[in-house]
Amino acid sequence: MGMTHIVDRRLNGKNKSAVNRERFLRRYRHHIKKAVAEAVHRRSITDIERGENVSIPKRDIDEPVFHHGQGGHREMVHPGNRDFVTGDRLPKPEGGGQGQGQGNASPDGEGMDEFAFQITQDEFLNFLFDDLELPNLVRKQLKDTESFNYVRSGFSTQGVPAKLDVIRSLRGAHARRLGLGGARRKKIRELEAQLADLKSAPADLDAAFSHDDQIRVLEDEIARLKANVKRIPFIDEIDLRYRQHLKQHKPATSAVMFCLMDVSGSMTQMHKDTAKRFFILLYLFLKKNYKKIDVVFIRHHTSAKEVDEEEFFYSRETGGTIVSSALKLMHKIIDSRYSPAEWNIYAAQASDGDNWNDDSPICGKLLTERILPLVQYFAYVEITPQDHQMLWHEYEQVQAQFPASFAQQQIADPSEIYPVFRRLFERKAA
Amino acid sequence: MSDAIDRPNAPDDESPAIRKPVSTSSEWTFELIRQYDEEIAKCAAEFGLDTYPNQVEVISAEQMMDAYSSVGMPVGYNHWSFGKQFLSTSKGYQRGQMGLAYEIVINSNPCIAYLMEENTLPMQALVIAHACYGHNSFFKGNYLFRTWTDASAIIDYLVFARNYVSECEERYGVDAVEQILDSCHALMNHGVDRYKRPSPISAAKEALRQEEREEYLQRRVNDLWRTIPKLDEDEDPVKRKKRYPEEPQENLLYFIEKNAPLLETWQREIIRIVRKLAQYFYPQRQTQVMNEGWATFWHYTLLNRMYEKGLVTDGFMLEFLQSHTAVVYQPPFNSPWYSGINPYTLGFSIFIDLRRICEAPTDEDREWFPDIAGTDWVKTLHFAMANFKDESFIQQFLSPKVMRDLRLFAIQDDDMEDSYKVTAIHDEPGYRELREKLARQYNLSYREPNIQVWSVDLRGDRSLMLRHVPVDRVPLGKDTEEVLRHAHRLWGFDVHLESVDEGTVVEEYHCPHPPPLTP
Repeated sequence: MGMTHIVDRRLNGKNKSAVNRERFLRRYRHHIKKAVAEAVHRRSITDIERGENVSIPKRDIDEPVFHHGQGGHREMVHPGNRDFVTGDRLPKPEGGGQGQGQGNASPDGEGMDEFAFQITQDEFLNFLFDDLELPNLVRKQLKDTESFNYVRSGFSTQGVPAKLDVIRSLRGAHARRLGLGGARRKKIRELEAQLADLKSAPADLDAAFSHDDQIRVLEDEIARLKANVKRIPFIDEIDLRYRQHLKQHKPATSAVMFCLMDVSGSMTQMHKDTAKRFFILLYLFLKKNYKKIDVVFIRHHTSAKEVDEEEFFYSRETGGTIVSSALKLMHKIIDSRYSPAEWNIYAAQASDGDNWNDDSPICGKLLTERILPLVQYFAYVEITPQDHQMLWHEYEQVQAQFPASFAQQQIADPSEIYPVFRRLFERKAA
Repeated sequence: MSDAIDRPNAPDDESPAIRKPVSTSSEWTFELIRQYDEEIAKCAAEFGLDTYPNQVEVISAEQMMDAYSSVGMPVGYNHWSFGKQFLSTSKGYQRGQMGLAYEIVINSNPCIAYLMEENTLPMQALVIAHACYGHNSFFKGNYLFRTWTDASAIIDYLVFARNYVSECEERYGVDAVEQILDSCHALMNHGVDRYKRPSPISAAKEALRQEEREEYLQRRVNDLWRTIPKLDEDEDPVKRKKRYPEEPQENLLYFIEKNAPLLETWQREIIRIVRKLAQYFYPQRQTQVMNEGWATFWHYTLLNRMYEKGLVTDGFMLEFLQSHTAVVYQPPFNSPWYSGINPYTLGFSIFIDLRRICEAPTDEDREWFPDIAGTDWVKTLHFAMANFKDESFIQQFLSPKVMRDLRLFAIQDDDMEDSYKVTAIHDEPGYRELREKLARQYNLSYREPNIQVWSVDLRGDRSLMLRHVPVDRVPLGKDTEEVLRHAHRLWGFDVHLESVDEGTVVEEYHCPHPPPLTP
């Protein structure tokens, strides 16, 4: 027939609906943001990085059209009659309602009057960090202004004069000269030996093989070969070697995040959980902005210690509190491992506000003189519903000096974490 | 085994064919699809099916979801509602709540049909028969499609529409365009000409005329509002009563596009695009039963013909029949899966029975269908396909046998009475009434409220008056206020809607709300 044309479209883009999907998310961003904010409260650390189910009341996304309401006189034809006969009367359900009643629930617990869908992890995080921007971001090392390293990657036959490798080029030339001239030089040596033999031998009587003729022939041949060898260029274009460099992505978009937490006796598990959530948010947020993130956990009571995540959040300690110990340790670690030239340094400190009073001025001094000049941002959260303590007041002075890179907030209740986080990191007016 | 399979096409004298199946495996390849298509086409030609050329596109499940959510338009403008559709489709699919329909077919020339790569070979053959020969011949033959749509122009027009909308988004912002589209969609069902034949759409001409039209449109609108006679020149009360529009207008979007005072030309163009698409889909909405019934009848008939010719195996037929049976399954009214009459079942049953009436009429058939009992079934079915829409098709061809087979019955629900009443069942006294009631159920103007443009207050506050004429006292639904807000957004001035039943206003809606005081 030849009328039918069969096309394989499978390789064509499959995301034809991506724009429409994006339009939908855009239109309902307020609903989604709310769902995301709730999820942040609810989720545990380990599964913060996945998509989220979002439900929107169906009535909010309905597309209204003119349609018939209930009432009036209607007749409907249905299939599958069993024993009705014309004229039968059937009682209407109680309440005069039509249809199947309200509040149907599907087996998985979603209400039927909810429109439920999934957003991806990326979308989840995007909504989570919507409008947020780390303050004072150093542009040189931001994700979108990627920097490169040039690394050596062998030699090439092409390049700019500046990258000419003289030794390699000459070595190549030498090898070429040897290669091209070697056989001829050998021949010259042989001929010269013959010539010497001939000259030293007594003259032959046979005129047909006269010495002089033979010597002349040999000498001519030697001269020709020598001229040949001389014509081999000392250096040729094919000898040239250039150093080759490759552009390599520099993991410049790297940040280190210091988590400082008071684990003294006054910090309960509830305090720690709250702190943990705050750290998670910061971590995820950094992850969104940097390709590589190191996290350093420093816990302290009267002395500070660098620990792993597990120990940081879950082991129990008792004792008093000297905050400056943690700050000192942090400074030491920066010094030895995280040069501020290569790393964007962030720090978040969580505490219930307790400190040994004489220590607070030391903390203020450490921060203003040694730490804050090195870091992008230092956030302090005081997890307590009570009045501020000495440390807070000390930090108030720090904040006055470094308004752009230091901030502190109080969290009284887990539900405040997200708002506080937003306040700490909200987009600063440029 | 083969005894179990109905063989409606087997001529009596034909000796059992020697099986030389096209293939024996259920894995498809492009070559096999081509071969099957060739054989199906030959069978279709035997029955005189006239089709547009086919373009079969093999796509993945994800692409099928894309196709789904763009309501069957291969190219669509961007809008959040399609995204919503996509989200709910993909969710349902991922959970296994719904299989994707295995076929989508576009009324275009060439006729585009999609095959999903996950399907087995028998399924691909079924879809080819159903879409490429069933639906395709319906698109080409049915009078509504012939009158109202231009299959050769639709793809180009869709491309034009998509580009135009995205240009507007760039120029006026996504939000502004979205608002207009939202409002147009709300009125889309009332954006069609039901009786007048529209000029066919053509993308090339659209693009050419579009700039011209911009000027022209604006001039026309300006004229309308400028030439309003001054009040004092026009004291004659009869003349003053003269309405604009003189006759009620059924196409709300058309009226707004041409007359709304404040719209900018790009907004008018977008209204026009939505209205053109509504018009394009209008025949499909009126021929669902027929169209699906026809396509189902032909996939059934064509594949059975293939079987008779020995081109497919018993295994193929079993798989095919299993799918076919699922497609035409009608849950009874008291089943938890019941959601109204299955258009595939109803349409298929009527066409199959029509064939029976032609080939082996009973006395009952001769009494009910004297003109077609015993006639050439191919001609009769083509006649039925070409000249009817669902309502008239059912009225004309629903036979007592089909009513009995489906055990149809009619229930009356009147809000003035405190019980339902069975008004007709599938028995001798009930047949005609039942058929009439079912036919009426497929009348679009019965399914959707009848709302028309009644008048415009040209001299006063420029308000737009819509009028709803209830049928059987059925009131408007709860979305009405919301839709009116959309109408108001497009019109730019107050919009009123009155339900007028036999001269009495039974309900009023106003936007903005509450209604302004009238002197």
